Amino acid sequence: MKIGVLLKQVPDTETRIRIADDASGIVTDDIKWVINPYDEHALEEALKLKDARKAKEVVIFSLGGKGVDQRIREGLARGAERGVWIEAPENLDSLAIARALAAAVKAEGVDLLLAGKQAVDDDNSQVPAMVAEILGWPQVMMISELQIDDGGFKATRDVGKGVRQVVEGRLPAVISCDKSLNTPRYASLPGIMKARRKKIDNKNISALGVDTSSDPLVSHGNWGLPPERSKGQVIPGEPKEAVKELVRLLREEAKVL
Amino acid sequence: MGNGILVLCEQEGGQIKGTALELLGKARELAAQLGGSVTALVMGTSTPTGVKGAQQIWCVDGPDFQAYNTGPWARAVQVAIEKAAPALVLATSTVATRDFFPRLAARLGLGLATEVVDLCVVDGQVLGRRPVYAGKALYDVRVSSDPAIFTARPNSFPVPADLPDAPAPEALDVALTEADRLTRVVDTLAPETDVVDLTEAAVIVSGGRGLKSKENYDSIIRPLAAALGATPGASRAAVDAGFASHGDQVGQTGKVVNPNLYVACGISGAIQHLAGMRTSKVIVAINKDEEAPIFDFATYGIVADLFTICPLLQAEIEDLD
Repeated sequence: MKIGVLLKQVPDTETRIRIADDASGIVTDDIKWVINPYDEHALEEALKLKDARKAKEVVIFSLGGKGVDQRIREGLARGAERGVWIEAPENLDSLAIARALAAAVKAEGVDLLLAGKQAVDDDNSQVPAMVAEILGWPQVMMISELQIDDGGFKATRDVGKGVRQVVEGRLPAVISCDKSLNTPRYASLPGIMKARRKKIDNKNISALGVDTSSDPLVSHGNWGLPPERSKGQVIPGEPKEAVKELVRLLREEAKVL
Repeated sequence: MGNGILVLCEQEGGQIKGTALELLGKARELAAQLGGSVTALVMGTSTPTGVKGAQQIWCVDGPDFQAYNTGPWARAVQVAIEKAAPALVLATSTVATRDFFPRLAARLGLGLATEVVDLCVVDGQVLGRRPVYAGKALYDVRVSSDPAIFTARPNSFPVPADLPDAPAPEALDVALTEADRLTRVVDTLAPETDVVDLTEAAVIVSGGRGLKSKENYDSIIRPLAAALGATPGASRAAVDAGFASHGDQVGQTGKVVNPNLYVACGISGAIQHLAGMRTSKVIVAINKDEEAPIFDFATYGIVADLFTICPLLQAEIEDLD
């Protein structure tokens, strides 16, 4: 079995976001780029299936510009075999991205495609389900448990209020992963050495038959920061008095008790 | 061009949820500017109660539509979109809509903007406001397809007091094909606790690294949360240290929450934690480090050891009434 993993480059979650002067996006100078945290869980699940001898090969698919090859290389250092880097312009909508990834996945021929439940930059959570539709494959998004056996899958997802559904289907399928699925491994030193010699195929998005010249279906602008929270008051005094005053303020001033 | 607005409404036990009413209220306001009528689409019942603000109600009922499943729900909403030919489709952002709407949007070649927190009409076109980077920034989003699809975050709009009752519901027939049955729901597991989900909680008590151990989390945070009728939460540091589970994490890589009261105990207030709880109406910080960044945005703070303050606060709350 061959497993594909969708991987996206995003700013580290500790990044302090600054807005560009023309409000067209964020300032990307000095940003530390990382693998999207949820995608790390997708990669880990693929590597676990390989460790359990249920998969022979793990291939990383990533779309984007500068630095994406380095994120793929980090994934290869953790144990994936190969990478596919789709070079693409900025500000594509989710459907164009999904069409490009689906074309690359189809050309590669994988039996299972894993992804993170969302990317922590645009928080869209759209691309994996769109890829599933384009390929005509079953999907389960945001799963917390996964079993792969005899050409089928059984996945558990939280559908809110702690209720969980167990969903079954046949492979090939697209599955997106939540944090509770596993604990991602770190790259080992031998892994990092080996990754230098592993192959990253470079594909251009137009060669995958995706037209990027037309206007996006979804477009954004007028970026801004959320309103600042004003600094509140620190309640002075001995612990007992401070707690009494806090409860009074919560009841009488804030009216939340 | 499409005309009117189709609203996918959530129900529970046949009763329309508040999250659906807020969308119906917003749809009515937008329809007054865009023209056309508002159609409510309800899944999994043929006798919904409490639907307001819509000119018609369409119901899709039957065993395939009661519990959420990707294929049947996507097909039902597709049938409704094709019949209504609306200019705009609205839904609440939930696990279900996050699962199937991108799939349906890809099928129909439509644009989808997820998790908006505001909607308005500018120059005859719908404009959404949408948080990104877990709320560290926001942008205006436009969808150029016909119809445009937007999903909204729960509790984004007030429910208007004067929403008129809707007429009697009509059944919408949806025929499923093999392609709609690619997955099967084989089991539904009941929740282990009956606490309110973090994303819907009105009060949250969160613990951080300052708790030092899982035992302390269980003996300090949980009883305080119980006294306040709150849902317990945790910072990433506390989850990584094993004090609480991943599902309890508040922050950019956990849950994004929006309670009336958020009590942060032993949490320093890292950027990624702030991203998950900054829209809380009132934030209380309890931390012995007066330099902790959490005091820069807390409504009320107490600089003291949480092991002293939390039990006192719990006793004080229990003594109320």
